[in-house]
Amino acid sequence: MTEPLISLRSLGFAYSPDRTVIGDLDLDLFPGQRLGLVGDNGSGKTSLLHLMVGLLKPTGGSILAFGRERKQEADFVEVRAKAGLLFQDSEDQLFSPTVLEDVAFGPLNLGKGPKRAKEIALETLESLGLGGYGERITYRLSGGQKRLVALAAVLAMQPLVLLLDEPAMGLDEKSLARVREILQNLDQAMLIVSHRRDMLEGIVEGTVRLREGRLEPWDFSEPI
Amino acid sequence: MIPAAARFAGPVPIWYHLAVHLIEHLQGRSFIHALDPRVRILSGFGLSIIVALSHSWPVIGLGSAAALALLITARVGPRVVWGRLIELNVFMLMVLLLVPFSMPGTPLFRLGPAAFTREGLILALAITAKGNAVVILLTALISTIETVALGHALNHLKVPDKLIHLFLFTVRYIDVLHHEYLRLRQAMRCRCFRVGMNRHTYRTLGNLVAVLLIRSLDRSERIMQAMKCRGFTGRFWMLDHFHTHGRDRAFAWGAVLYGAALIWLEFV
Repeated sequence: MTEPLISLRSLGFAYSPDRTVIGDLDLDLFPGQRLGLVGDNGSGKTSLLHLMVGLLKPTGGSILAFGRERKQEADFVEVRAKAGLLFQDSEDQLFSPTVLEDVAFGPLNLGKGPKRAKEIALETLESLGLGGYGERITYRLSGGQKRLVALAAVLAMQPLVLLLDEPAMGLDEKSLARVREILQNLDQAMLIVSHRRDMLEGIVEGTVRLREGRLEPWDFSEPI
Repeated sequence: MIPAAARFAGPVPIWYHLAVHLIEHLQGRSFIHALDPRVRILSGFGLSIIVALSHSWPVIGLGSAAALALLITARVGPRVVWGRLIELNVFMLMVLLLVPFSMPGTPLFRLGPAAFTREGLILALAITAKGNAVVILLTALISTIETVALGHALNHLKVPDKLIHLFLFTVRYIDVLHHEYLRLRQAMRCRCFRVGMNRHTYRTLGNLVAVLLIRSLDRSERIMQAMKCRGFTGRFWMLDHFHTHGRDRAFAWGAVLYGAALIWLEFV
């Protein structure tokens, strides 16, 4: 049996002692596995993703990622390179002035030279059907385009796992179909947070629901 | 456009640049826009400093003339130029009204105990002329640089990273903040809010500013997180590198010689 890429063991998280968000949660994500995550507003879905890449500190339990237990900020630097997180609001993620610079930002940080980083960025944009977008100014893109560019920025780091926080948010049917098609053709493991059945159905192999700080199995026949 | 091969060829005679300039001018893209941003920044600041420090009218006059010539060459929209000059000269009006009263010298007339002096008036006029020359010069040379290119050029000129990041982030997020502000204003208008001279207005506008401030703090935190997720460790990398062509060197030499001539004139 293959080792999971990321394992969470009795993970706990609270913003304050009287506001527990996640309590005693277990999760395994295997290579190539595509898992959907649903849950009510404020149930802690985003917090869970942020815990997995060390943006939040758990109040209990342990995080094993890519073969090692991760505790310190320094441990998570490597995790973030291998687990690409797509933020809920692309506006936060695209901070560089031009699309090409933004997509090349990750590869440059991973130590690639400017020339190689530019190549990777251009290839990634091309593979998402965004060829010719390089010189566009990020804040002048439409909502759907921003989402795709943010995805390109994550993919340019060549991660093993994709953590997607509401990838369908604010997308019209056409853009949604594009995103679905792109995700279907990727071979990375994925954890997809979404409220939309039309985002998850046909993409994920299974779905779990976050309720009262724990995960429970969930299937599409139940209401979200 | 100039053929790419010609751009990278070795030394090119001056007449070629003049021809290129003429062609570009006819095609609607200015010679100034095509110059290396670094050359424009350095010559803009250099000439500005010379004009600003000068005590001689011929120098101020020649500096202004050069600024005007560059402005015409750069073909900046008249609305942009007038907007800036009006803003500046409203302030200069205060200088013209106040400085002549505070400078000792030959009185032209008196207003109560205060004398409006000839020397003061000349100084105020010089300040006004210099201010206008500098604004025109910077409008022609620096405001014609695309913001992103300006950031990169400043980086190449060894301006501290932190200042450049501050500048680029401001450019990136000012629009987002403006939209957030517009959305909040719309939401307020939908509930029939109207600005008046009353406590309710002050309190509401205060809340509006506070919400904007809190949201931008939250946003800055999320941006930081997004950057960390992509392996940011405090260092920015630049993708672009500028190339200096023959015409950039020609322009730089022109600026240096003109500046030197102004300095010489100042001391003669």
